[in-house]
Amino acid sequence: MTTKLFGEPVRRREDLRLITGRGRYTDDIGHGALAAAFVRSPYAHARITGIDVNGALDVEGVVAVYTYEDLVGPMAEPLPVLIPHPQLTAPRTGYPLARDVVQHVGEAVVMVVATDRYVAEDVCDRIVVTYEELPVVVGVDAAREAAHAVHEDVPDNVAARHHQETGDVEAALAASTHTLSFTQYIERSACMPMEGKGVHAVWDHDDASLRVHTSTQASTSVRAAIAAKLQLSLEKVEVVAPDVGGGFGVKIVHPWPEELLVPMAAIALGQPVHWAEDRREHFISSAHEREQRQEITVGYDDEGRVTALDVRGWHDNGAYTPYGIIVPIVTATQLVGPYAIPVYRVRIDSVYTNTVIVTPYRGAGRPQGCYAMERTMDRIAQDLGLDRAEVRRRNLIRPDQFPYDHHLTFQDGRPVIYDSGNYEGLLDKLVALVGWDSMDARREEAASRGKQLGVGMAMYVEGTGPGPYEGGHVQVLGSGKVLVSTGLTSQGQGHETAFAQIVAHELGVPIEDVEVTTGDTRRFGYAVGTFASRAAVMSGNAIALAARGVRAKALRIAADVLEADVEDLEIDEGLVQVKGTPGASIPLRTVAVLSNPLRYAFDEAARQATQFAGPGDDSKPPVAVGDAPGLEHVDYYSPIRSTFASGAHAAVVEIDPTTWEIDVVDYAVVHDCGNIVNPMIVEGQVHGGVAQGVGGALYERMAYDADGQLQNASFMDFLMPYASEVPDVVIDHQETPSPLNPLGLKGAGEAGVIPGTACIASAIEDAVGRRIAAMPISPTELYDLVRDPDAERVPTREGAPA
Amino acid sequence: MNHPTTEVTTERAITVTVNGVPRETTVPVRRLLSDALRHDLELTGTHVGCEHGVCGACTVLVDGTPVRSCLVLAVQVDGKAVTTVEGLARDDGRGGEVLHPVQEAFRECHALQCGFCTPGFLMTMAAGLEARDASTDITEEEVDEIVGGNLCRCTGYANIKKACRHAAGLMKDAAGGHA
Repeated sequence: MTTKLFGEPVRRREDLRLITGRGRYTDDIGHGALAAAFVRSPYAHARITGIDVNGALDVEGVVAVYTYEDLVGPMAEPLPVLIPHPQLTAPRTGYPLARDVVQHVGEAVVMVVATDRYVAEDVCDRIVVTYEELPVVVGVDAAREAAHAVHEDVPDNVAARHHQETGDVEAALAASTHTLSFTQYIERSACMPMEGKGVHAVWDHDDASLRVHTSTQASTSVRAAIAAKLQLSLEKVEVVAPDVGGGFGVKIVHPWPEELLVPMAAIALGQPVHWAEDRREHFISSAHEREQRQEITVGYDDEGRVTALDVRGWHDNGAYTPYGIIVPIVTATQLVGPYAIPVYRVRIDSVYTNTVIVTPYRGAGRPQGCYAMERTMDRIAQDLGLDRAEVRRRNLIRPDQFPYDHHLTFQDGRPVIYDSGNYEGLLDKLVALVGWDSMDARREEAASRGKQLGVGMAMYVEGTGPGPYEGGHVQVLGSGKVLVSTGLTSQGQGHETAFAQIVAHELGVPIEDVEVTTGDTRRFGYAVGTFASRAAVMSGNAIALAARGVRAKALRIAADVLEADVEDLEIDEGLVQVKGTPGASIPLRTVAVLSNPLRYAFDEAARQATQFAGPGDDSKPPVAVGDAPGLEHVDYYSPIRSTFASGAHAAVVEIDPTTWEIDVVDYAVVHDCGNIVNPMIVEGQVHGGVAQGVGGALYERMAYDADGQLQNASFMDFLMPYASEVPDVVIDHQETPSPLNPLGLKGAGEAGVIPGTACIASAIEDAVGRRIAAMPISPTELYDLVRDPDAERVPTREGAPA
Repeated sequence: MNHPTTEVTTERAITVTVNGVPRETTVPVRRLLSDALRHDLELTGTHVGCEHGVCGACTVLVDGTPVRSCLVLAVQVDGKAVTTVEGLARDDGRGGEVLHPVQEAFRECHALQCGFCTPGFLMTMAAGLEARDASTDITEEEVDEIVGGNLCRCTGYANIKKACRHAAGLMKDAAGGHA
């Protein structure tokens, strides 16, 4: 039996080509194309006073040089603000090539096109751009002080003031038995997919059409942006996301300047043009995330139950706001996590700095929100001398409280109403999985080896699967092959496999017959994109609905042929049969042939559908009114609001008090993403997310100096975890189906990363007995902290006095 | 500098055996091996992740030894044998191919997601496992050593380490031993 595959750890159908070198990533496409390279700003904030290209034009192989002056029409206008918001009162975006002023190191100033990349870079080296330096703003605190302005016309550096509240927080705080306040920081990291961005554009002069391959998470919207900016009719532009070497958020931003400039050059030059981002370009001209300052005041009772929560935050959005204020909104709304917070107010200012733009990186503001809430829970527990797990338990939303309305507005403009969940179940499983109640013995054992052991936990709720919609197309061919397409893209999540499982399950066909295409606008033109853990929820359900449509039509046709009632039919292994009547059956591929009445018998299968092949009903047209030829169906899934996945993590760290090296020795994950299509893929997503969470907690930061120079823009200096840095992860699952969608799915993509910083900070604090209020933390910083006589001391054992 | 008798050379003809096939090509002397493989020989299975030798995605075998092809010039492999991921599986003599144990293991253990770093891991792991006594059980220290030098941003490495153990097991079975 190969058709009942929903929920099975089916091996991935993507893998064979990827392990044999037959993958097709953007930079693998288009040998012999002209190559683009960019002159980028070496200054964080400067006025361009001159661009001298004369020395570059005699380099053999140079084809074209473009500056802002060469941009016309919509290309000469600022890049779009993709997600406008009423509170984003001072949105600013750059130009495809800088006009007058550069706002961060790495901003593109000149594009060179040459016969190959080596030549293009030679040409870039000979172009002389002169600048007048302007004052530089780096970091949220400098942005707040506003001694200098990033954008001349935004003197306070505030792009947006995001504000939500659910009641009178000041009155609630005043009425609280206990309150405490604290400030904490979280630094920048970045997605860092192993494949950088890349664009390949081919202009067909005779057809006046453009085909673009780009390493994107949103091919349909890139297509629309290119058409708008280059003033082309939409049907003359096709955009394909081929194999994409990781995304994690950075490739949802669009159009990147290069996604417009490379096609522009291809059209102007009448030749294919190609650009592959190098790693330094990725560091200084793509996107970062995470940096925030958080000031938190919480009120609570003697039992540790939160009575009011007031969060004041500052979010560094970098030089521009092309992706709006999605990250601070997500922080603001996901901060409350699995807890019932009676009164909550959040105010986050999104501020400009002369640094790379800040747009979603896996988690997209959730890690920061989780860090705020979970560290608050730890502090309440410490203040009252209570167990950290117990304080969390007392504040959890109970299973009988769903759907639970937080009275907040989510990133999709819809209410934050949790669809379903069992948070106590998560906590119970986590406590058992990590051995929370036997830590004293482990601490003693570690101490006998000269190590300081600590444990921390963090819980989260993740809004997943936001709309507005995704679609799916399912078509059965006369060969029996089942073609499936959806518009959203794939960057390694195994969509070809998971979506094929869904179709095989819904339609009753062997998975081997199913072929899935994603992210190709030639196949499916309506889509939103792959972000916010939404692919399985959105496209998975859309494809399921499309498959159900095909199934209904197949049964209707087969019922006619088999002279049976639709209700008596089933489809299994690609055969439509009358239940309990072996032999009374028709292959689905034959139904596909019969679904399309033909005049011409171009092959043997087609012959069965031609006009003299068999007796017909002369009283009806060959295609019934309201029907369509072909065994295919398109359907869409558009949710009323997001689903809400959840989980709980715990980390056990051992710290060497000689080197202050921090070793995560155990990492436990309990995870609930509703029904699971493929547990192997979900666990893979969790593993990868945890690795990024550990990286963000202990290693990764963007080291900007005061001049806005990124000091660690290479893999030598930006420390992404190797295998040696990632702990073994133990995982337990809980499945609380979503009532909102037909398959009961929630999302799984981002979950693994969200609680990493919070629970590792908690574990380090537990181990060393010093307050951890800035993450990530290095051994050197930890060493300085424990030697600092003024560092705040905290209890290191559950219930122990400070 | 004055070298009146030395003609400046910007290109050079090289002969390299790539995946068992002798290839002759003329390359600019500054061309990286990674670019020569990808763009001149159109063997795009070798991926470029950082171009400064840290990530390991571009790892190929030169005379059987793993090297980072972004840190080697194409002219440096003149007269040598290069194996890329395209040459890892062997011909089954019937028009098909037999995957290398590390390829089988990656597929079996879900050791890849986006697949971009995968060729570098496969080449490093193949060389690492082929250099050891296949009849013995692999140790965790050996696994850590073999997978420890390449970056992956998707998998968190757990399943890559699992694949390394699994491949070692397959190679042990093939060597006649049974775990």
